[in-house]
Amino acid sequence: MLPHPQFPTAERIPATLLPTVRRRTFLKFAGASILAAAASTLTSRGLLAASTGGVNLGNGDIGVLNFAYALEQLEAAFYTKVTSSFYGGASSREREYLSDIHQHEVAHREFFRRTLGSAGIPPLQFNFGSVNFHNRQSVLTTARTFEDTGVAAYNGAGQLLTDPNHLLAAGRIVSVEARHAAILRDLLQPRSTAFAGDDVVDGFGLGSVDSPETIMKTVAPFIVTPLNASGLPRK
Amino acid sequence: MINEIFELVGKLDGESGGMSRRDALEGVRRHGVRLALAAATPFVATGCAIVGEAIAPNRELAVQTLQFALLLEELEHAFYVQALQAGGLIPSSDRAVIEQISKHEGAHVTFLTTGITGIGGAAEAAPKFDFTGRGKYPGVFRNYRTFLEVAQMFEDTGVKAYKGQAANLITSSTLLTAALRIHSVEGRHAAEIRRLRGQKPWSGAFDEPATKQQVLAAVAPFIRQGATA
Repeated sequence: MLPHPQFPTAERIPATLLPTVRRRTFLKFAGASILAAAASTLTSRGLLAASTGGVNLGNGDIGVLNFAYALEQLEAAFYTKVTSSFYGGASSREREYLSDIHQHEVAHREFFRRTLGSAGIPPLQFNFGSVNFHNRQSVLTTARTFEDTGVAAYNGAGQLLTDPNHLLAAGRIVSVEARHAAILRDLLQPRSTAFAGDDVVDGFGLGSVDSPETIMKTVAPFIVTPLNASGLPRK
Repeated sequence: MINEIFELVGKLDGESGGMSRRDALEGVRRHGVRLALAAATPFVATGCAIVGEAIAPNRELAVQTLQFALLLEELEHAFYVQALQAGGLIPSSDRAVIEQISKHEGAHVTFLTTGITGIGGAAEAAPKFDFTGRGKYPGVFRNYRTFLEVAQMFEDTGVKAYKGQAANLITSSTLLTAALRIHSVEGRHAAEIRRLRGQKPWSGAFDEPATKQQVLAAVAPFIRQGATA
């Protein structure tokens, strides 16, 4: 079975928003995904993971969701450290924002854990040795990088999903990541155009986008557990 | 940035449109995006027709979806243009922020108009807007707080709208990705407008989607029925 998005009870998707794509197309996608899911269940626990020595994210929608789950684990772990002992001189506004963001990232992580169930990757190990958690600039620039990276990752991963429910779930998360990114950028460069700067929004008003491959390289220095993303769909 | 257009047209070779990628990039360098876009339009149209083929039989749905997005972008763009022209409304400290948002909404209008034409649709003319919301916000361009209140409603509604419509584009990677990328920019705008208002930049860990009907109900008071600009 395909994973069904497991939002907290109050976050259930209204029935009116369930698939509006044509039924036949949807069934075709669903069928393909179920096969892909079955295949990935075999590989993620078996030969492929063993042969590369890394945690296999899996194939199809499950692979994409596990990719997002890895990023949410990273963010949640980071903000857990940030909020367990704030850098010196953190304003009440900064504490409020970072605490909210921490809660959101934990909620995102738990969403993927529940949704993926037994198809989910295990908890990953991280290394934040390059971050000085006592230093405002170090914490906020790292946070900004994670949020901008998350936005570009979801923007790039959307087209790899086949189940509209998964697409909608990703959509409900990515705009919150975009909100985080904007506000962290504003903390670093107050009242400037940085919140949606020309470095992350192009001349057509389109936000940044990256392939899972590129994203994995960006976050690799922070992730200790070897990951195998070779089964992710490509476009 | 012209790369996005090439992405939209399905990465055509220079041979098919009479305008090469290099010509287009040169156009951007010399004349800016808007002119280069106009120059590239026949080329884009050819490419989008191919994208259109690929998304058939859902082409009609894609056109409707982009048209709906265009209406919201036109609403937002007209709103910010008018606000930026209203003397004494926007404090100088916040002007750069509002100008940046306005710039993006204008770019979205251009992008979506080109995209709709390209996949064989006809971009509908913008309606006339009433930003007082039929009198509910009479001071929208005189009182900064009122302006921000309406701006937040437009931005949050835009985020919900793209979220609710994304599945309609699931059969076209190109169109879906473009829509998701716009969606994330609206999310940034929404957070920043909320911050300017002194509100939390978010409402929770998961943003809500909205149906087309819900979105149209929210923006209906700002649209003059049957009138085009």
